[in-house]
Amino acid sequence: MQLTLWTYEGPPHVGAMRIATSMEGVHYVLHAPQGDTYADLLFTMIERRDRRPPVTYTTFQARDLGGDTAELVKTAVREAYERFSPQAMLVGESCTAELIQDQPGSLAQGMSLPVPIVPLELPAYSKKENWGASETFYHLVRALLLPSAPPAGTPRAPRDLSRRPRANLLGPTLLGFRCRDDVKEVARLLGELGVDVHVVAPLHATPDALRRIPEADFNVSLYPEISDTTARWLQKTFGMPIVKTVPIGIGATRDFIREVGTVAGLDVTPFLEREKLGTATMDASQSLLPWYSRSVDATYLTGKRVYIFGDATHVRCAARIAAEELGFTVVGIGTYSREFAKDIREVAARYGVEPLISDDYLDVEQAVGEAAPELVLGTQMERHIAKRLGIPCAVISTPIHVQDVPARYSPQMGFEGANVIFDTWVHPLMMGLEEHLLQMFREDFEFADGATPSHLHASPAKSEATPAPASVAVAEPVARPAPVRPSRELAPEVAEPSIEIPVIARPQVTTAVAPASAPAAAAVSATATVAAWSAGAEAELKKIPFFVRGKAKRNTEKYAAEHGLTEISVETLYDAKAHFGR
Amino acid sequence: MTTPTAPLLADGCAVDAAPRGTLPVLKERGQREVFCGLTGIVWLHRKMQDAFFMVVGSRTCAHLVQSAAGVMIFAEPRFGTAILGDRDLAGLADANDELDKCVRQLLARRPDIETLFLVGSCPSEVIKLDLSRAAERLNAEFFPRVRILNYSGSGIETTFTQGEDTCLKSLVPHMPAAPADERSVLVVGTLADVVEDQFVRLFDAMGVGPVRFFPSRRSRDLPPIGPGTRLLLAQPFVNETVRALQARGATLLTAPYPLGVAGTTQWLAAAAAEWNVPAEHFKQVIQPAADRARKAIDRYRARLDGKTLFLLPDSQLEIPLARFLHQECGMRLVEVGTPYLDRLLVQAELALLPGDVQLSEGQHLDRQLDRVRAARPDLTLCGLGLANPLEAEGLRTKWSIELVFSPIQGFDQAGDLAELFARPLERAERLTV
Ligand code: SF4
Ligand code: SF4
Repeated sequence: MQLTLWTYEGPPHVGAMRIATSMEGVHYVLHAPQGDTYADLLFTMIERRDRRPPVTYTTFQARDLGGDTAELVKTAVREAYERFSPQAMLVGESCTAELIQDQPGSLAQGMSLPVPIVPLELPAYSKKENWGASETFYHLVRALLLPSAPPAGTPRAPRDLSRRPRANLLGPTLLGFRCRDDVKEVARLLGELGVDVHVVAPLHATPDALRRIPEADFNVSLYPEISDTTARWLQKTFGMPIVKTVPIGIGATRDFIREVGTVAGLDVTPFLEREKLGTATMDASQSLLPWYSRSVDATYLTGKRVYIFGDATHVRCAARIAAEELGFTVVGIGTYSREFAKDIREVAARYGVEPLISDDYLDVEQAVGEAAPELVLGTQMERHIAKRLGIPCAVISTPIHVQDVPARYSPQMGFEGANVIFDTWVHPLMMGLEEHLLQMFREDFEFADGATPSHLHASPAKSEATPAPASVAVAEPVARPAPVRPSRELAPEVAEPSIEIPVIARPQVTTAVAPASAPAAAAVSATATVAAWSAGAEAELKKIPFFVRGKAKRNTEKYAAEHGLTEISVETLYDAKAHFGR
Repeated sequence: MTTPTAPLLADGCAVDAAPRGTLPVLKERGQREVFCGLTGIVWLHRKMQDAFFMVVGSRTCAHLVQSAAGVMIFAEPRFGTAILGDRDLAGLADANDELDKCVRQLLARRPDIETLFLVGSCPSEVIKLDLSRAAERLNAEFFPRVRILNYSGSGIETTFTQGEDTCLKSLVPHMPAAPADERSVLVVGTLADVVEDQFVRLFDAMGVGPVRFFPSRRSRDLPPIGPGTRLLLAQPFVNETVRALQARGATLLTAPYPLGVAGTTQWLAAAAAEWNVPAEHFKQVIQPAADRARKAIDRYRARLDGKTLFLLPDSQLEIPLARFLHQECGMRLVEVGTPYLDRLLVQAELALLPGDVQLSEGQHLDRQLDRVRAARPDLTLCGLGLANPLEAEGLRTKWSIELVFSPIQGFDQAGDLAELFARPLERAERLTV
């Protein structure tokens, strides 16, 4: 049993729903109680889907339990088949039905319907959404392709050289991160390289399209969390090579092109040579990211402290972009994708930080607070963490909310994806000269702590009650579960001031609780071991802009501790500044 | 089963012509597209500011509450889920010990919590994890600092708003006894604070009182209950709570729900009659607000008048809403669906519905949607999962869940309520794309 306030992933049957809903001609019968129908709104509201998910729920009730719940399954399967005439059906159960063990998959298989029935067994008490999606995709592909699989060990016939190489794009789904646009962007890029996209799956694919997967020459595993298992099975069974590089970022896109060249037997050097790596000119790349990043106005991005959390794929790519393409400093990295923890540990080692492998939102919040970043790249959860801490944030990964499904074209992959990333990550940060002015004239009342970048009119107003990085940073790492969570636990719940497009309207049954100013004070007193701040030093500290104050405070205290000082004076503050640098 | 329905037919539907009053009811059984009772946490945790709701369930339950709560992400929510894992099911870990551990962990971190609800889910009920015994055990450890209660929000036992009913019912045994000679009004069902205040002003002016509300803003300040307590229902889904309150001596005042001018007037009148408020005085007190409300409704009446409305079963508010929209806004009712029909709670409402109205109870989603498509109503009240798909079929919709979350009761909200229904129609008129 694990106490959870927010979850990054839904249960595994929601992953199965993502596969079914992404596809055409597939219907999913889910043995589940009525409340589980909530999952429909993930698609119709967050993705603004214009159709109901192709899912029939048995919605059994307590009074059915003594009776024949198996009959309910059969009725649901029969009615769904007759009404929707799917080309293939998935049949499975959610957490509650798993306990009553009706085996809906076998029941449906016993009904001799004239379409493939794919039974799904997704253990709800140990697995989660992405795993469920991956398994569902794999079982569906396997069920449809196994009949046409060549005997084991059959070598793959060489490509017919009279046609262009063909690739399948595997992994894009609904409720994924920008999948719709990534598919377009990657298809365009492959087209320029001379590769045709054969099947895209599961997004918009039919069961018949899945049967055509082996006609392509190789698979691109675009979203390994979803497609890795399937791509590996196709490699083993049909000898289809896998392109594994996920083309998010300039470097990764170049690597992707190179890998496609190798796998498809194409000479991609002329294409890559048009990419003038390391050149500070406007036409250095198809993307503007390299030039924008070298443009002098971007100097202020140097060493910006960034914390990255999300699914493994997006985190890994984001870390590389942050460090190598924007010149940030990665101060923390983590993922909730336990299945890919190894990858993230490797990335973390490269940047010299401790990886956080956790799906506990409170762990992440604490880690972000302690790292005192200037930018958070995360999921919609981290957006809320960052908002509370007063740190700019950009969303890079699922779980998403409705505003992460933009109307405009905004891929993450390929050269256009790099443009989108430059804009979305840099936008929340202070503009260059503006930041200088803040440093110079920090006592100007308009530059007071609540000031936000002048171009970010919608930023939340900060008050003393909003735990700013300063008050968070003083909390020394504490072992969990510890009662010491100073910045937050004493804080009254503060409703967010801005209403994002609501999936459900905010309840108006209570008035918002007025913020109190307890947390900052509580935070300071919670760290009894640090040297005391003299009044003068504290006043001086306040002159430091809020977005770097946390770091300054922490560094000073660290410096004082290392030098055995019991009191921090103005001198200590500047000694520490000289010691640590900016 | 807490749903007080007559046994349903095994499959499909049938018209129940039994002695159920004059209105025939189409009873259906099949896929139900409605949340489970856990959803009530979304508004109850805002209403009761000192309470924490801990679901004992699965990742699905956690995901449901989180998805239903949408963007309402607060500093730290006053709800969470103790997620059952394989170990708990396999008996490797004693689920009771694990639960106690979760509670201790939570209460250590949240010293501000005074009432903790352990909320049962389908998984906890199917594995027969006894939360009432858990509550007893934990009370021995934490009471009086924290009172620990339990109720069911499971989808196999409760439908959407019924979660509020089971929650309130769990509080009833802890309500103090009112002095036998004290007459008071207890308003049952969550209301927005602003609406409560409006009602208090009206009751004060009539000389009716004391008036108390259940749930109260602080779960520790439970209103007293006794033979002198008169129950006025603010919400049509508090059946079990009402029965528990009756068992403690309270008397139910029968009235329609306080939606619209007529509903609010009769609702207030039910209490006024108990207190023998002279008719003239009653009229004098409500007149300004009632006139204001009529004026506010009038602004939207033209847009709603004669328009057809289909209400899918969701929040239990369907019957009172249909009555208001028909009677005061002139809408024509195609079908009024309700998840379950409890005559005790809606008898005054049913009397006000037109004689030819089609009522339906329960749901067979696909068949009901067929009827929606056949009727092509001007407006359909439905849940979030269905709204966009119906819009895409060229139908205008109104989300039902918004009505549970918004202040819609009383005179001064009557115009807002009409506006909520007029807005989708107005929007359709404005848009050219
Ligand atoms: S229907 Fe049951 S399993 Fe599903 S969310 Fe509700 S309580 Fe949990
Ligand atoms: S201070 Fe104004 S003019 Fe200067 S860089 Fe910033 S936005 Fe541009």
